[in-house]
Amino acid sequence: MNEAPTTTQKYPPGKHPSMPPPGIASGPLLWIKDNLFGSVTNTVLTALSIWLLWVTIPPLLQWGFIDAAFSGESRKDCRAVASGACWAFIQNRFEIFVYGFYPKAERWRVDLSGLLLIVAIIPVLWENVPHRLKMLAFTAAFPFVAGWLLVGGLGLKPVGTNEFGGFLLTLVIGVTGISFSLPIGVLLALGRQSKMPVLRTLSVAFIEFIRGVPLITLLFVASAMLSYFLPPGTDFNLLLRVLIMVTLFASGYMAEVVRGGLQAIPKGQYEAAQSMGLGYWKMMRLVVLPQALKISIPGIVNTFIALYKDTTLVIVIGLLDPLGIGRSSLADSKWQGLSSEVYIFVAVFFFISCFGMSRYALYLERKLDTGYKR
Amino acid sequence: MPTAPPGEGVEGEAVLANHAAAAGKAGDTNAVLRVWRNKEARAVIVQILTLVILFAFFAYIIDNAAQNLARLGKTFSYDFLWEPANYDINQTLISYTLQSTHFRAMLVGILNTALVAGCGIVLATVLGFVLGVLRLSKNWLINRIVYCFIEFTRNVPVLLHILLIYGLILNVLPVPRQAWDLGQVAFLTNRGVFLPMPVPGDAFAWTWVAIVVAIGLTWAFRHWARKVQDKTGKIYPVFWIGFGTIVGLPALTFLATGAPLSWEVPALTGFNFQGGMVARPEFMALWLALSYYTSAYIAEIVRSGILAVHWGQTEAAYAIGLRPNRTLQLIVIPQALRVIVPPLTSQFLNLTKNSSLAIAIGYMDIVATIGGISLMQTGKEMETMLIVLSIYLVFSLVISAFMNWYNKKIKLVER
Repeated sequence: MNEAPTTTQKYPPGKHPSMPPPGIASGPLLWIKDNLFGSVTNTVLTALSIWLLWVTIPPLLQWGFIDAAFSGESRKDCRAVASGACWAFIQNRFEIFVYGFYPKAERWRVDLSGLLLIVAIIPVLWENVPHRLKMLAFTAAFPFVAGWLLVGGLGLKPVGTNEFGGFLLTLVIGVTGISFSLPIGVLLALGRQSKMPVLRTLSVAFIEFIRGVPLITLLFVASAMLSYFLPPGTDFNLLLRVLIMVTLFASGYMAEVVRGGLQAIPKGQYEAAQSMGLGYWKMMRLVVLPQALKISIPGIVNTFIALYKDTTLVIVIGLLDPLGIGRSSLADSKWQGLSSEVYIFVAVFFFISCFGMSRYALYLERKLDTGYKR
Repeated sequence: MPTAPPGEGVEGEAVLANHAAAAGKAGDTNAVLRVWRNKEARAVIVQILTLVILFAFFAYIIDNAAQNLARLGKTFSYDFLWEPANYDINQTLISYTLQSTHFRAMLVGILNTALVAGCGIVLATVLGFVLGVLRLSKNWLINRIVYCFIEFTRNVPVLLHILLIYGLILNVLPVPRQAWDLGQVAFLTNRGVFLPMPVPGDAFAWTWVAIVVAIGLTWAFRHWARKVQDKTGKIYPVFWIGFGTIVGLPALTFLATGAPLSWEVPALTGFNFQGGMVARPEFMALWLALSYYTSAYIAEIVRSGILAVHWGQTEAAYAIGLRPNRTLQLIVIPQALRVIVPPLTSQFLNLTKNSSLAIAIGYMDIVATIGGISLMQTGKEMETMLIVLSIYLVFSLVISAFMNWYNKKIKLVER
């Protein structure tokens, strides 16, 4: 920088030499200087990141888009036109990815359930929807309505659950687990807080057992061991067994989230409710749980996300979720060796749904956080 | 299931008194009602009922199980554990042959689970702390990159990550003949990573002794330095002296005894490498995928832990004249750890439990050995599943016991 003229020097009016321009005080250049090249470490980190981006992004784009084939009937067709990804496979099998082996003529039932699912979710997501209470009542009834639509009976043609697959299966397991694990989790959390030693011990034992073992072992129990405990000669549906296990598994985690919420409610709230003469259930229903559940919503959503991601594990006991569909389709000699495409496609699907849910959790957290902020 | 209100009871006794008066007139038709209206009595009844129902339920399913087993001509016994397993395991930390027993196979499985979980916990923690700190960096670019990585990793199922990495290792790494070699001693191939194996000589025992002695000395020195500091306020550079002792003393011993350590370098024979140590693709895939998946969660935990220490703490430390390093070491990190450790525990537990996904790529852990092939061969579904479940419970208990102990150690000591 130029040496600035000192103030002690005297100049006649108008003869003062021009001062050097000030350094960058604003604008993109300053931002770049501050945020990318502020110090030596910073500059090194910037260089490293640029290098990292340079070695990963262009080849990925090249493989995934520029050199990719989007149509064709077999892997050979893809290779004939392009050297990169073969998305034709996904396009070719898209229906199986979505519906599994659900009979073609009955697929409108799946579509209708999907539509109803959206209707059922709306009142949960936004508070100021018109007729929210009525819609919430529908939300509570939705799992049963959808179950009837998908499985059939009562006037609809029955469809075997072994024909469920793909994203349909993911949603069935996810939605069932989510809707039933919350009430069970609340009951378990209340049991854990209960003053009755037997109930408390049982709840603690159940929760700790569930949280101590991996879901995969529970699924093996469901597929290999559960039939021993049923009366001889009875056998019940594999999907139903899996649904029960997934629900129990998620409710163990849900119980801990809700317990956190319950513990955050000051004792004064309980005492106030009791002093008004409310019994245990009324106190919980009207005073404690509304507050406890409200503060545990972010945790509840996170449990939902975990549960939703865990639905992929059902492939180890032979149910065909999107991953399973993809892997079994790869056994077809026309499409062998396309595992990366399948994994990336399924990963994108999960990313979109889980990222959406986690954004929603963040939004709620911000909305509910009315405390002191820095 | 009806549950009684928590049984504290001024109100309960008043009600009881009223009803006692009423019941006196109405005779014993109201006796049942009277007992029911007493909170404590009701609590007892509810609990007894619960127990009865529970026992009835267990009796019922155990009876069913007995009938089913009898119908299938099976018995419930663990004798099969001592029969030869007759199947091969591709990664064994202890000696294992086809003639080894199912029990031995189970031990191999347990060790494999422990190996991948232990390595995973170490790598995930290191990676998680680095990512968490980078996420707080002022550098916008690195901040964004780490953010994208964390979000992508957390929102995709771990099973997919494992399969993706496994696929990459098999398809992208070269066959052994064209192995990527690292200085002619280590080789990356799609059959695994081949590393040189240290072969300690007889005199190497002295180095072990030196390590133990150095740790003992460091511990004693730390104890003494703390005493001196409490008394006089003089601070010794405990970390550097300890570090020097622990590295220096064994190194000197090692050199003084004539460097009694040789390396067995893997060599290409035929289609594959022989000798040295090998980390098989299944292990590599599981280890890497579990580590980076968990590290994304740990990074967020670390970030929130550091942010949870109020800026005022740092200002206060500066105000009493602590330098930035000491501030970080004495003020910020201890407080951040208190926030970090409890959720970190559950991440370690998650990693251990997620290692059961090994079965999807054929890594031979507990689920794949005793709960997989042994189950298929012997048809002992109940026995093997019970073993697997209890082993995981033990793993979980051990990890949480250790982390609880650590948590207690760093906890705020309040008056």
